[in-house]
Amino acid sequence: MSNWLNIMLYVQIGLSIICLYRIIRGPTIPDRMVGVDIFGILVVGVCAIISIQTERSFILDIGIAWIILSFIGTLTLAKYLTGKKLNE
Amino acid sequence: MNNMISLILITIGIVFNLLGCIGIIRLPDTYNRLQAATKAVTLGCCSILLGVIFHFGLSDAGTKALIAIPILFFGSTVAAHALIRGTYHFGIKLGAKSVKDDYKDAIK
Repeated sequence: MSNWLNIMLYVQIGLSIICLYRIIRGPTIPDRMVGVDIFGILVVGVCAIISIQTERSFILDIGIAWIILSFIGTLTLAKYLTGKKLNE
Repeated sequence: MNNMISLILITIGIVFNLLGCIGIIRLPDTYNRLQAATKAVTLGCCSILLGVIFHFGLSDAGTKALIAIPILFFGSTVAAHALIRGTYHFGIKLGAKSVKDDYKDAIK
């Protein structure tokens, strides 16, 4: 049970690293932003699996905060891509 | 019993995440990448959080996971929509194999 959960944790961390590949080597700027967005979602899965493994609940707080910050950050970057200022 | 259900849900979530990451590496276009990755990865992480709920029950950790699911679901989809709109206005062309572009007529 715990062994299988370890394997799942490593697979999830590996998938996050695959997203970093797209951030480093995206041909255009929006590709990198897509990578950042998906990376933020995948980290929440990592936090959830770690919270099961260590039987602590505060790691899920980190996940929730990460979701909200990723949401606000992606909206800001999308606003930057449309070429408008942040107060329009 | 609950542990088995949570392990099965987590495995399903990891499979969805794997498919999304294959999409983000292999697809040819920014729009295709964002479309494949956002749907699959959001569903996969919601499945993992559902597994957390089944593992802990309705204790403090389970309640936190229950709160995190709607935030993740609505937040990531809205963010992806805004990002794809910004990408179009930034001037990224569609891929070479795309056949139809309805949004170009819609924003005239």
